[in-house]
Amino acid sequence: MTYLAYAVVAWVFAVGIYGAIVSRNLIHLALCLTVTQSSTYILLLTLGYRHGGRAPIFKGVELGTAAVDPVVQSLTLTDVVVSVTVIALILALALDVHRQSGSVDPDEISTLNG
Amino acid sequence: MSSRQRLRGFIAAPVLALLGGMLLWGLSGAPAFGDFHGAYGDLLNRIAVPQRHTTNVVTAIVFDYRGFDTMGEEFILFASVVGVVLLLRDIRKPQGSKDDAVQSDAIRLFGVLMVGVVLVVGLWLAAFGLVTPGGGFQGGVAVAAGIVLVFLVAGYRPWRWFGRERLLDPFEGGGAASYVALGLAALIAGTPFLHNLLGPGSTGTLLSGGSMTLLNWAVALEVAAANLVLYTEFLESYLVPHLSER
Amino acid sequence: MSWALPLPVAIPLIAAALLVVGGTVLPRRAQDAIAIAAAATATAFALAILQASERHDVLHWFGGWHPHNGLALGISFTVDPLGAGMAALACGLDLLALVYSWTFMRRQSQTFDVLMLTFGGAMAGFALTGDIFNMFVWFELMGVSAYALAGFMVEELGPLQGAINFAVTNTVGAYMILMGIALLYARTDALNLAQIGRTLERRPADRLVIVAFVLIVTGLMVKAAIVPFHFWLADAHAASPAPVCMLLSGAMVELGIFFIARVYWTVFAGPLQVHGSGVRDVLVGLGVTTALVGAAMCFLQRHLKRLLAYSTISHAGVMLTGVALLDPHSLAGVANLVLAHGLLKGGLFLICGIVLVELRHIDELQVRGAGRRLPGTGVLWLLGTVGLIGIPPLGVFLAHQLLDEGARAQGFGWLAAVGAVASGVCAGSMLRAGARVFLGWGAAADALLTPEPDEHAPERDVSLRLMATVAGVAILLGLAAALAPGLEARTRMAAERFADTSAYRAAVLHGAAHGDAAAHLPHSVLRIDTGSALYGLAALAIAVATAAFGLWHRRLPSGLRRAGSRTLWPPATVVRDAHSGIVGDYLVWLSAGTLAVAAVWALTL
Repeated sequence: MTYLAYAVVAWVFAVGIYGAIVSRNLIHLALCLTVTQSSTYILLLTLGYRHGGRAPIFKGVELGTAAVDPVVQSLTLTDVVVSVTVIALILALALDVHRQSGSVDPDEISTLNG
Repeated sequence: MSSRQRLRGFIAAPVLALLGGMLLWGLSGAPAFGDFHGAYGDLLNRIAVPQRHTTNVVTAIVFDYRGFDTMGEEFILFASVVGVVLLLRDIRKPQGSKDDAVQSDAIRLFGVLMVGVVLVVGLWLAAFGLVTPGGGFQGGVAVAAGIVLVFLVAGYRPWRWFGRERLLDPFEGGGAASYVALGLAALIAGTPFLHNLLGPGSTGTLLSGGSMTLLNWAVALEVAAANLVLYTEFLESYLVPHLSER
Repeated sequence: MSWALPLPVAIPLIAAALLVVGGTVLPRRAQDAIAIAAAATATAFALAILQASERHDVLHWFGGWHPHNGLALGISFTVDPLGAGMAALACGLDLLALVYSWTFMRRQSQTFDVLMLTFGGAMAGFALTGDIFNMFVWFELMGVSAYALAGFMVEELGPLQGAINFAVTNTVGAYMILMGIALLYARTDALNLAQIGRTLERRPADRLVIVAFVLIVTGLMVKAAIVPFHFWLADAHAASPAPVCMLLSGAMVELGIFFIARVYWTVFAGPLQVHGSGVRDVLVGLGVTTALVGAAMCFLQRHLKRLLAYSTISHAGVMLTGVALLDPHSLAGVANLVLAHGLLKGGLFLICGIVLVELRHIDELQVRGAGRRLPGTGVLWLLGTVGLIGIPPLGVFLAHQLLDEGARAQGFGWLAAVGAVASGVCAGSMLRAGARVFLGWGAAADALLTPEPDEHAPERDVSLRLMATVAGVAILLGLAAALAPGLEARTRMAAERFADTSAYRAAVLHGAAHGDAAAHLPHSVLRIDTGSALYGLAALAIAVATAAFGLWHRRLPSGLRRAGSRTLWPPATVVRDAHSGIVGDYLVWLSAGTLAVAAVWALTL
């Protein structure tokens, strides 16, 4: 069980980057980056998990009850916001590219080389 | 698929497989799943309620213990939205005719109900974020979603009233600026940046957490406005021109 | 002085937010003025913090959360002179860029100002922070502001492509860093640099620490444009307007190098010190490769901004070798190189902006001779280039001297030669370009140089005098920086403190004062070591030879040319064609590079 969670993280991370590499559509590429970012969420939340732990909300709950790690949850929240913003920028760039050249294929738009 | 693309995929597959393997190898040194025993997290779980009267420890971390990270994060959203406005400035062709209003009465009725529900849920999430799961970010996104629903169930013109720059920019900038201003206020009062200036409040109510409540609302405001600007930009750059072509 | 620490970050950020609030109401001039005032205030505070930090480290715990029994609850800004210096440089370059843009960026000036302010604030935060996740937040804010600024000129495909390559590669780099942070958190349950380091020191490095090290250093190397993670830099510079390039080359890349040093000395020095040579050899190898590849590609460019961008890559490689030697003397050299290079390169980019506006093209061959009517600008270009060669006592000389001495002390004396060759070839390419543009020398066509899409010239409605003045200020400061009294001794003291891991830890976690509060700050004048002076002159000779070759290689005897083209041209074309401009290729290089570094360190550490 231990390795399953971490194996999922490694798999999602690798497959996201692979998808970005072989992508032929900038929008697909942006979404592959989202997939890679999801692996960081999975890792952070997995690291904070405690068997039998509740959510770190103590309304009506006695202090000292076993709870999962709240720090990684706040890190994941920041991570999600960051990911949304970067993907929004890349999608806006993709829209601009489409308007300029009619294509969203990364290979077809390369004018800068050397 | 060109030969270059084929070559690239051919090289990438084993490289990424090995990279994933390396990551897994590194992770095998991490504690077993479910075996969390972190000092930082446990300490915060114990002290957040007595110190800050906030029952949602995650929100206490986001807005207080690590509130400075949240300020940076808020500005990332802010900068990205400004960037998207910049990048899409030449494409936007805001138009709208009477024809694109939604015709079906059933949808309009459903929409009125749904928009109301979503907005209330969003505001509730933001308001009670210090007590139960939720917070400024979550609430702000939900409120923005509620307003986007207006576009879906009523049409472009009603949506346009909400999606105006003149309306949204002050909220977006104001939310971001107030967060920093609260931090600076603490500095001026002689305490460290973002120190809690108000008392901790009473646990489990809307007024718990002191300055955190204000920071929470600043973030909710900024996130809602920023998301709306994003939706407006993309809608007007892509969807609306296509709709009015029909 | 602790109260002033958040200000270089908070002031630009709140100004950016207020510009958006008042955007529709305030006239353009008022907005620009607010932006410049905010940047100036931030720079002033950063310099004040620099002065305060020279006596002892300055700390600020945000929210008032001081450490609880040595366990950090909140986020800290932990400032030593090198960090404060980086923040001051970043804010200062931001200020110069905003003043320059008073006339240069007419359209969309509000958005430009907002993004430049968030960029500047983020860079200051990145330099000052003592918390690893906080570093990631500022890393991302720098990135987002930079991606948007790079896409500023959306009318053409070239800039858009550059912006996409920039955004995608740096985003993947950021994910790697985040993975590394998660791994460190798993082991140490801490996010504060000093605390992570203290926990890691208890055990020797195992697989988790090695992989975390690989991921974090690789992600930072993407930002620092080290081979093979460097492909995005030239594209991003070709895309961005000149004042943005000034910040990218002058501060952002250097911040990547800075944090590699920071994270090594605070976090990883404990477990990895016994394997110091393993770390050092890989990083020196990468640095040398970067210096040479950057120099070679620099020579092959006709697009002036790409030419300067490759020169930045080459200098970044030299900086990395300085950090890689893991020794305070070389680190002091890197600090001086960052300072001089940032100002000089920034000024050169501002001149590119002048060339684009006045001469309407950015391609060296297309504007050949047209610069004759801009003699002052030409002189500034020459001064900037000379500053980057390393002739005693100006510009980067002090930096190269310290680097050479540090390298020799560790048995890496040959690095001095590499540094001389790299800076010589880059400077030679810049001299060639300057001679062609401002003097009209050299052939009108050159098959060696790669044609690139030209840039859209902005409206001519600018104040040449203002732009040239700002560029001149940057270049003269860069030339004269090494002559500041006592700079050498002070940077060496600062580097010693930077590398003193246990003292840093004590200061952060237990509030012990770090630094010699009573020390009298030295005011010695520059000394010149003969060995380094000779290397400097050798670099000058290489630069002149390169420039002459570049301008007049057609006149060489044909036998020599044929021999040269048969031996040198094929490898040059291979290297050049690797820079395909396609983001998929760049990501393959990034992944393969990470894997290679990981494999080597997994086996040697």
